[in-house]
Amino acid sequence: MPEVTFTVDGKKLRAPAGTLLIDACRKAGIEIPAFCYYPGLSLQAACRMCVVRQEKVPKLQTACTTTVAEGQVFITESPEIAQARKATIQLLLGNHPLDCPVCDAGGECELQDMTFKYGAGESLYAEAKHHRDEQQWSPAVFYDRPRCILCYRCVRMCGEGMDVWALGVSGRGADSLIVPNQPNQLDCEQCGMCIDVCPVGALTSGSYRYKTRPWEMTHVSTVCTHCADGCTVTLGVRQTSDGSEIVRADNRDKNGINGDFLCAKGRFGFDFVESPDRLRQPLVRSNGRLEPASWEHAIRLAASKLKEIRDTRGGAAIGVIGSNRTTNEENYLLQKFARTVLHTNNIDHERSTDYAALARALAGQSGKTASLRDIASACAILLIGGNPTDEHPLLAWLLRTNVRLNRARLYIANAKPIKLTRQAKDALKIKSGDYNDLPASLDAGRSAFAKAIRAEGSLLVIFGEEMRGEAVEKLVAWGVKRGNVRFACLGDHSNSRGAADMGLLPDLLPGYVPVAAPGAFSEYPNLPATPGKSLPQMIEAAGKGELGALLVVGADPVATRKLDPTLFNSTFLVVQDLFLTETAALADVVFPAASLYEKSGTVTNTFGDLQLLRKGADRAGVKPDFEILVRLAGGIIDDIKTLVPFGQRGVTGDLGQSRGAQAGEADRHAIWLEANGLEPKLSPFDPLAILDEIERLVPGYPLDRINLFAGNDVHTKLSSPGYVPVAELAGSGLIAPAHDTLFTSGRLGRWSEALKQLAQHQAKELVETAAD
Amino acid sequence: MPRLVSHPDEVKIVSRRFGMGATSIDRYLELGGYEPVKKCLAQGPEWIIEEIKASGLRGRGGAGFSTGMKWSFVPKQSAKPKYILVNGDESEPGTCKDHLIFLHDPHAVIEGTIIAGLAVGAKMGFIYLRGEYRYLLEIMERAVADAYERGFLGSKIFGSEAEFQIVTQTGAGAYEVGEESALMESLEGKRGIPRIKPPFPAVVGLYGGPTVINNAETIATVPHIIAMGAAAYAALGTPRNGGTRLFCISGHVERPGVYELPLGYNLKKMIYEVAGGIPDGHKLKAVVPGGSSTPVLLPEEIDIGMDFDQVGKAGSMLGSGGVVVIDDHTCMVEFALRIISFYAHESCGWCIPCREGTDWLKKSLTRFHAGFGSLSDIDNIQYLAENMLGRTFCPLGDAAAMPTIAFVKKFRKEFEDHLNGKPCPYAREGVPQLTVV
Amino acid sequence: MSPKSKKEKSKSAPVFSAELAARFDALVEKYPVKRSALIPMLLYAQDEAGYLSDAVVAEVARRIGITELEVRDVASYYSMLRFKPAGRYNIQVCTNISCMLRGAYEVSERFQEELGIGPQGVTPDGLFSLEEVECIGACCWAPAVQVNYDFHDEIRPDHVLGILSGYRGKIRPAEKDPAKEPAKGTPPHA
Ligand SMILES: Cc1cc2nc3c(=O)[nH]c(=O)nc-3n(C[C@H](O)[C@H](O)[C@H](O)COP(=O)(O)O)c2cc1C
Ligand code: SF4
Ligand code: FES
Repeated sequence: MPEVTFTVDGKKLRAPAGTLLIDACRKAGIEIPAFCYYPGLSLQAACRMCVVRQEKVPKLQTACTTTVAEGQVFITESPEIAQARKATIQLLLGNHPLDCPVCDAGGECELQDMTFKYGAGESLYAEAKHHRDEQQWSPAVFYDRPRCILCYRCVRMCGEGMDVWALGVSGRGADSLIVPNQPNQLDCEQCGMCIDVCPVGALTSGSYRYKTRPWEMTHVSTVCTHCADGCTVTLGVRQTSDGSEIVRADNRDKNGINGDFLCAKGRFGFDFVESPDRLRQPLVRSNGRLEPASWEHAIRLAASKLKEIRDTRGGAAIGVIGSNRTTNEENYLLQKFARTVLHTNNIDHERSTDYAALARALAGQSGKTASLRDIASACAILLIGGNPTDEHPLLAWLLRTNVRLNRARLYIANAKPIKLTRQAKDALKIKSGDYNDLPASLDAGRSAFAKAIRAEGSLLVIFGEEMRGEAVEKLVAWGVKRGNVRFACLGDHSNSRGAADMGLLPDLLPGYVPVAAPGAFSEYPNLPATPGKSLPQMIEAAGKGELGALLVVGADPVATRKLDPTLFNSTFLVVQDLFLTETAALADVVFPAASLYEKSGTVTNTFGDLQLLRKGADRAGVKPDFEILVRLAGGIIDDIKTLVPFGQRGVTGDLGQSRGAQAGEADRHAIWLEANGLEPKLSPFDPLAILDEIERLVPGYPLDRINLFAGNDVHTKLSSPGYVPVAELAGSGLIAPAHDTLFTSGRLGRWSEALKQLAQHQAKELVETAAD
Repeated sequence: MPRLVSHPDEVKIVSRRFGMGATSIDRYLELGGYEPVKKCLAQGPEWIIEEIKASGLRGRGGAGFSTGMKWSFVPKQSAKPKYILVNGDESEPGTCKDHLIFLHDPHAVIEGTIIAGLAVGAKMGFIYLRGEYRYLLEIMERAVADAYERGFLGSKIFGSEAEFQIVTQTGAGAYEVGEESALMESLEGKRGIPRIKPPFPAVVGLYGGPTVINNAETIATVPHIIAMGAAAYAALGTPRNGGTRLFCISGHVERPGVYELPLGYNLKKMIYEVAGGIPDGHKLKAVVPGGSSTPVLLPEEIDIGMDFDQVGKAGSMLGSGGVVVIDDHTCMVEFALRIISFYAHESCGWCIPCREGTDWLKKSLTRFHAGFGSLSDIDNIQYLAENMLGRTFCPLGDAAAMPTIAFVKKFRKEFEDHLNGKPCPYAREGVPQLTVV
Repeated sequence: MSPKSKKEKSKSAPVFSAELAARFDALVEKYPVKRSALIPMLLYAQDEAGYLSDAVVAEVARRIGITELEVRDVASYYSMLRFKPAGRYNIQVCTNISCMLRGAYEVSERFQEELGIGPQGVTPDGLFSLEEVECIGACCWAPAVQVNYDFHDEIRPDHVLGILSGYRGKIRPAEKDPAKEPAKGTPPHA
C-alpha cells in the first residue's frame, strides 16, 4: 500500500493507505482509548470509546474502523470527544460493581484508567445494578459478569487467536453475557489468554485471584521454564520471610518473543517453585538413609569422593548427566567440569530431538536456521511431524497468526492428524515410517502437495523429533539444493537446545565441535580426546558395575527410563535437583537446586534464539546449579579460575550475589561496568563470568550483548564448524522426547498443582463430552 | 383476518389487489400480474434502473433512500453472486403494512424481487419474514411454489435465458434484525448483530456478494411502477417523493387501518378525515408520524404534508409510515416508557451506548413514572438520550434516543407533574399504577 | 453436559421426527450456506418439541455442523426461541404502543385473571402460558393477541373467555393430561 499523509490533532502523519487510524495514531504516540479494539483480532466497533472527529463527516467516527487516506484531517481529543467518552464510561459504571478495592484488576484496569482520564466520577443512577453471581468455569478461569463490559476480546482471542472457540455471547441487549461452551464450564486449552486480554477484572485467574494487589509485587520479566519455545513470562514476586515468592505469572509487558501469547504452562505452571516438596537443604546418605546435611559437609563429601574415583579409576569411570532446563552457562560449565575436572567425556542429557544431526547436516552452511520470529512472517512454512498445539504452543500461535493475518501458506506433513491442519493450506498424511523419504517424494511426487511445495519460492521447514540422523541429513540436502530454505527443529524443554549447543554430548564439544577434532578447545586442560559414553551407555555401564560415580544435574533418568532402583548400587550418585526425584532418592548426595525462575543466565530456545533470564524468586537454602558446580570443583581442583575465568582484570566489588541481588540488578550493573571498560566478572558464582568464554570458544554463539542485555532475543547460529563428521553413536534410546501435553512438562509438571488440576478438569470434560 | 378499510382519498396502487383473491396465481395473472416482469425482461437492466430512479420511489423501510440509486450502486461485474434481499421483518411499532401485502398480494413481492434481480444482475432472492408472521410465510411459500411451477422462477424464467431463484426465510423474534446488515447476519444463521460499514451491502453483502436490500412494500411497488410508467407514478406524490405509500394509522382514531395515500397527503386530514378523528370526544395530544422511533409531533405541528422532506422539516421523520395517534387521556411518560422498554428489549447489546443507555432509560423512566422521580431525573433522562444520539453502532440507538429527547422536550411539564401528583396524574381509569416496592 | 441430558440422549429415540428431519434436509439444500437453515430449523424444531431442549440443540448443531455453543448463542438472541417449555397454547398479548393505547394491558390482565397466572406464567396444567410481547405487526387492528401462530385482532377484555374456551375445545377428549404432552405449534387458522 502506498503511503499517505493525513493530519491528526494538527500533526502531519504518514502511514500506508488503509492503515487503521487507531494503529497509525498509536504508532505516532497518539493514544486513542479503546476497549473492544485489540490489534490482530477482528474489528468490533462496539465500545465506542475510540470516537474521533473527521473533517467533513457529520458524526463522530470510530478510529478502530476508519482507514487512513490521503489528506484526511482528524481530531482525537476535544471537549466534544471527551464528553462522548465520558458518557460511555458513565453508562458502564452504572452497572459496574466498583469493587475496585478488592478487584484483581485494580491498578491494572483499563476502565479505571479511562475513568481517571475522562472523569465520570458522579453517579447518575438511583436504581440497582445488575447482579449475577460469579462463576468458576475451570480451575484457571473465573467469570464475574457484573464487571464485564462486553468488549468481546475474550471471545475473539479464544476463537480467532487460539482457534478453540470455547467462548460465546449469549442473550441480547443488557442481558448479553459471555458464556463458556459447557454448562458453566470451560472445555478448552485453558491458556488463560481470555484473562489476559480482559481489560477489566471480569475474567480472573484461579491461581492469582484475591491474592495481592498489582502494586505490591515486583514484576520480573524472564523466560518460561517449560517448553522449548522460550516465552517471556512476567513473574509477580512478593517478599516473604525466607526470600520471595511468585504469586503470579503472566504476559504483562507483551514485549517478548511471544508477543501477546502465553500458554497454560507459562501462566499457571509456575507454582512448582512454591511447592512444599522443594528440597531446602543438602541431603547425605548415612546408614542407608538420606539425612539433612550442611552445604560444607555435602560439598566436601561429594567432591572428595569424585576426586577419589577420578584418581583411582580414571575419568572414564565417571558419568555426568545434564539437564534440559539449566542455563547455557550452567551447561557449559557442567561439560567443562566433566571434561577438565573429572577428565571424562561421559556426558549426555535427555535428548529430545537430533540437534546434532541438524548441525552436522548444515556443516559449512550459514544463514540456514530460522528464528522463532521468522515464523511470524514467513510466507510459506512446511511443518513435518511434531504437534505444536500441544508441545510448542507459541509456535502454534505464531503459525495461526501468520496464516490469519498475513495469509501465510502452511503445509503439514504428519503421520497423525494435528489440530493445526485447520490452518493448513494443504496437509499430507504420511506413514510414520515414511519421514525419511519425504524429501524424495516432494521432489518427484505428483500430488498437489508436492507440486505446491515445489512452486513455493522461499520455504521455512520445521521438523519434529520424528526426523533424526539420516532423515535430517536428507532433508537438509534437499533444502540446500532447492535453495531459499531455512530450518528449525523441535526439542522439548526451555533449554534443550542449549544443552546440546553447550556440548552436553559425549562426542561433541560446545558448538558441535567433535571431541576428536584436532586442536579442538585446545585451551582446555586435560581434555580427553575420545568420545565418551552416551546416556544409555552410562546406564549400561552402571548396570555392569563399571560406573564409579554419576553426577546428575536436573534430570531423572530413573523415572524417565524406568530404571531398576538397584542399578546404581555400586555407583556413587550425586544429584542436583529441585525435588527428591526418583533418581535423587537413590543418591548418595543430593543438592537442592534453584529453579530457572530463581537464577540469572541465558537459555536458547529450540529455534536457537538466545534470551536472558532474570532472577525472580529467591529461596533460602537452595543454590543455582552454577554455584553448586563451582563449589564442587573447588573441592577437586586448586585454581578455580581455570574453570571459571572471573575477576581477571582485578576489579573487585560485589554485584549483589552475596546478598541475593534482585532481578536485573546485576545485569544492569554489568552493562554499566562494561561500558566503562571495567570488569564485570567479580565472583566465580556469577554465571556471566563464563559468558565471555562461551562467546569466544563456542561456534555460533557470537553474542550481540547490547541486545541481549536489553532483553531482546538474539539468534545464534547452528552448524558444525566444518569438522569431519563422526559416525552416529551406537545404542538405541538416545533420543527420548517427553511428548508433553498442554498440561504436562516432563518430570517437572508433576510438582505443579495448577497443571495437575487443569489436566484433571480437562480429562473430566473430555469424558463427559465423549459420553454425549 | 385483519380488517381492510377504504377511504375515497385513497389512491390504490400497491393495495390495488387487496381483498381480490390475488394469492391465487391465476387470479394474480388475471389482474395483470407478471406482465411488468416480462416487460423488464425485454427492456434490460439499464432501463429498469432508470425507470425506478425516475419514479421517485424512496425506500418504504424507514430511511427513504432512493431505490433506483440503491440499485445503481451494485457493481456490474462481481466475482461473487449477487442477491436481492426483501426485508419483511416489519417490527417497528405502529407498522403493519407489509403484513397486508404478504396476506393479499404475495405475487407482487415475488414479481418485484425478480425485477430487482434483473436490474442488478442477481440470480437469487430471499424474502425474509419476521418469525411471528408464520401464516404469512406459508402464503408466501405457496406463492413461490406456484411461481416455480409456472416457470416464472427457476433456471429459465418466462422462457427466457434468465435464471432467478427465490427462497423464503423466517426470523425468530428480533426487531434489530430489520436493520439491513443484521438481517444479513440473521439470514446467514447468526446472531442479529449489525455489520461494520463500509463496506456497504451493495458491494459486500449476503455471503459476501453484492446485495440489494429493500423493504417488502418498496419491492411490491416496483411492478406497479413498471406497469403504469415512472412518470405517472412520480406524479402522484410530491417532488422527490414519488407515488403513494401505505400509511398505518393506529391508536386513538375512529377508524384505524392501513390506507394508501399519495405522498405529501396532509397529516391532519389523515387523522381527522381519513381515520375519522379522535373517538369518545377526546382531544388530540400528540402524533407519532412514522413508527415508534420518530420524534413525536404536537397537535400544532401536524398541518404538514406526509412526505420525507416535509416531516423532516417539522423535526421528525416519515419513517415506516406508522402514524400513531395519541389522545389527551394518555400519560406521555408512560408512553415514553413503553417505547423505551421496547428498545431496551430489542437492543442487540453489541455497543455500549445503546445496550446500557436503553437499559438505564428504561429503569429511570419506570421509577419516574411510578412516582419515585426527582427533578434531576428529567435532565438525566435527556442527558442520557442526547449522549446516545449519533454515538451508537447502528441506528437503533438513535431510534431510541430521538423519541425520548422529543418526549422530554415537548412534554417536560407532564414529567414535572409526576413529581407533584405522585405517582401518575394522567393514569387512565382501571390502569393499575406501577409501583416500586 | 449435565447428567440429566446424558440420560435423555441414552434413550436414543430420534430427536427429530421423520417429518422434521425431511424438512431439514430439504431446507439446507436451498441456501448457498448450510448454516442459513439454523434459525428456521430451531423454530420448526421448537414447534415440534415445545422448546429447545439440550437434545434439540445438540441435534441441530450436529446437523448444521457447528458447535452447541454456537447454536445456543444464536438461539438465545431470538425472543421467540426458548430453552424452557411454554404452555401448549402460548398466549402473546402485544402491549406495545398502538395496542397499549387501545387497552392491551386490560386484555392482558383479563387473561391473567382467567388463567390465574402472571404475565410470563404457565398454567399448572401446562395448557396455557401468557406473555406480554412487543409489537407483532397488527397495530391497526389493536389490541392484538397471538396464540402460538394465530392472530386475534381487536381484542377486548370480554373476548378473553371465548378465546380460551376455543383453545380448550381443541384438546381431544383422550388427552386428559396435557401437561405430559409437549406444546406444539398449531398450524395457522387451524
Ligand atoms: C433498527 C432498525 C430496524 C429496521 N427494521 C426494518 C424493518 O423491520 N423492515 C424494513 O423494511 N426496514 C427496516 N429497517 C431499515 C432497513 O435497515 C433498510 O434500510 C431497509 O430495509 C431498506 O429498504 P428500503 O430502502 O426499501 O426502505 C430497519 C432499520 C433499523 C436501523
Ligand atoms: S445501536 Fe448498538 S446495541 Fe443497539 S442495536 Fe445497534 S449495534 Fe446493537
Ligand atoms: S475500539 Fe473502536 S469502538 Fe471499541
